[in-house]
Amino acid sequence: MVDIRLASEVPPFHIVADSNEPKHLVTPGSLITKETGFMRGHGTYMQDDCLYSSVAGVVERVNQLISVRPLKSRYHGEIGDVVIGRVTEVSQKRWKLDTNARLDSVLLLQSVNLPGGELRRRSAEDELAMRQYLKEGDLVSAEVQNIFNDGALSLHTRSMKYGKLSQGCLIKVSPSLIRRQKTHFHNLPCGASIIMGNNGFVWICPTLLDDGAGGFVQNLETVPHADRQAISRLRNCVTALAHCKMMIYDTSIMHAYEASVNAGFEIKDLLLPDKIKEIALMVRKQFEMEKE
Amino acid sequence: MAEILLSEAEKAYIHHGVQDDLRCDGRTRLDYRPIILETGLVSNASGSARLRLANSDILVGVKVELASPLPDKPKEGRLEFFVDCSANATPEFEGRGGEDLANEICRFLQRSYASGDTINLSELSVLTGQQCWVLYVDILILECGGNLYDAVSLAVKSALYATQIPSIKVATMDGDQPELELSDDPYDTKRLNTENIPCVVTLMKIGNHYLVDPTPEEECCSSSGIVVAVSGNKKITAVRKIGSGSLHPDSLVSMLKTGSEVGAVVNTILMKKLLEEETLEVSQKVGFMR
Repeated sequence: MVDIRLASEVPPFHIVADSNEPKHLVTPGSLITKETGFMRGHGTYMQDDCLYSSVAGVVERVNQLISVRPLKSRYHGEIGDVVIGRVTEVSQKRWKLDTNARLDSVLLLQSVNLPGGELRRRSAEDELAMRQYLKEGDLVSAEVQNIFNDGALSLHTRSMKYGKLSQGCLIKVSPSLIRRQKTHFHNLPCGASIIMGNNGFVWICPTLLDDGAGGFVQNLETVPHADRQAISRLRNCVTALAHCKMMIYDTSIMHAYEASVNAGFEIKDLLLPDKIKEIALMVRKQFEMEKE
Repeated sequence: MAEILLSEAEKAYIHHGVQDDLRCDGRTRLDYRPIILETGLVSNASGSARLRLANSDILVGVKVELASPLPDKPKEGRLEFFVDCSANATPEFEGRGGEDLANEICRFLQRSYASGDTINLSELSVLTGQQCWVLYVDILILECGGNLYDAVSLAVKSALYATQIPSIKVATMDGDQPELELSDDPYDTKRLNTENIPCVVTLMKIGNHYLVDPTPEEECCSSSGIVVAVSGNKKITAVRKIGSGSLHPDSLVSMLKTGSEVGAVVNTILMKKLLEEETLEVSQKVGFMR
């Protein structure tokens, strides 16, 4: 019922890292190079002809350009990314969504599908009926269409697989842990579907039917117990992977899920610090076995 | 308690989960999230404790000072609470946003300790009517992850358990002015009896059921709840209703009963862990560097 541990009993997490360690880790204020002739990229600053890092992260060098990619930062959008956002505001002809970026992302009225799939110009009635489609607090899966001058993202849901999200569980992780893949929508074999937004929002829900999440109809029926267990276990696995700073993608999540089932952990046991570390070590061992 | 936006479907999912006794993270309705505890972090306080309940992070420091007792209670010392919601905890606490919550928690703690069953304040008396120990308990909320009342009360109990009050000898001099002699040995201290210090249990009502240790999402789904302070011997010392919704008298009674049972369990486990920590060596202190 209650689990209280002393801080000294909690194992340290830092030894669970990917086996190929990055070569050049820096912290804010540390010297990157004294040589001149390099161009300054993001995350760096110049002082007395020396290049210093301004964030904690990995140094990346492309020819003459040196930049530092931070380990934990706000989401930096690219065109074509799949993101999950929560509506914070309904304005004139657009919705403002919170996507864990520096500015709220924008979903224009003309970038969503009308119910029924009609293709027409949006009229004044559509504008007044915006709140019936999406209101404050709703979760939407969308794709980045464009980036405004100030850096705000412009999203669109112009495909049947995007749209308002129904029942399920949202997890927030750091955007740098989500791997860029061909598809971010997965129907996992354990009985749940997962959407991994590039902005660090991971959505787990009961298995989506093949026609996608498009449209604005929400299913509010009770989710069956077995599905609910799968969703909770996946949620705890994703949180465990994020805690140990491991990359999150469909293979790593399934390895963690299977490892937790094979080890016989109860779903709520996966919240304990030592079980989190065990799961991460098992996933890493599984990857090493697969490499051979 | 931070305000979180949730969609209708997410709220429905949480509601059905509570009915099914399987919450979003797999816990039952009466399960707590893992708690990590450490005492003795702040070296210039007489007692300190840091408690992490999932995302909630609380740091408590206790300082002891000599002062004159209250005129209507000459044989007792006293406890003064002060809660500070740091602006780092959550964006709502920026500026003076955290003051309301801080005052609420402070007043609730004062009420829950006011009962004579909790802490023996006459232990804190040095010279009847003239000098007594005052314990200033400073609570700093570093991070807000739901369920602040519980985390704060457990941290305060741990800090008071670890508090060391210097021993004082009263030497009467000529001229009838008694002098207080503080012992030279820094380890010559006395500890308080913290067996009966109350632990607070928050119970939120969602639908027809109530839950212990709500996450911020679950707090958002619920409209009413109670906060119960339960002392070591299963006695309830203070109750407060939170939220804007109403509670049926029958559900209130059953919530109080469950609260006192859960509180008793939390109390025993906490005391066991605090005892275990005393046997650890000083080199095993972790602090904030992890």
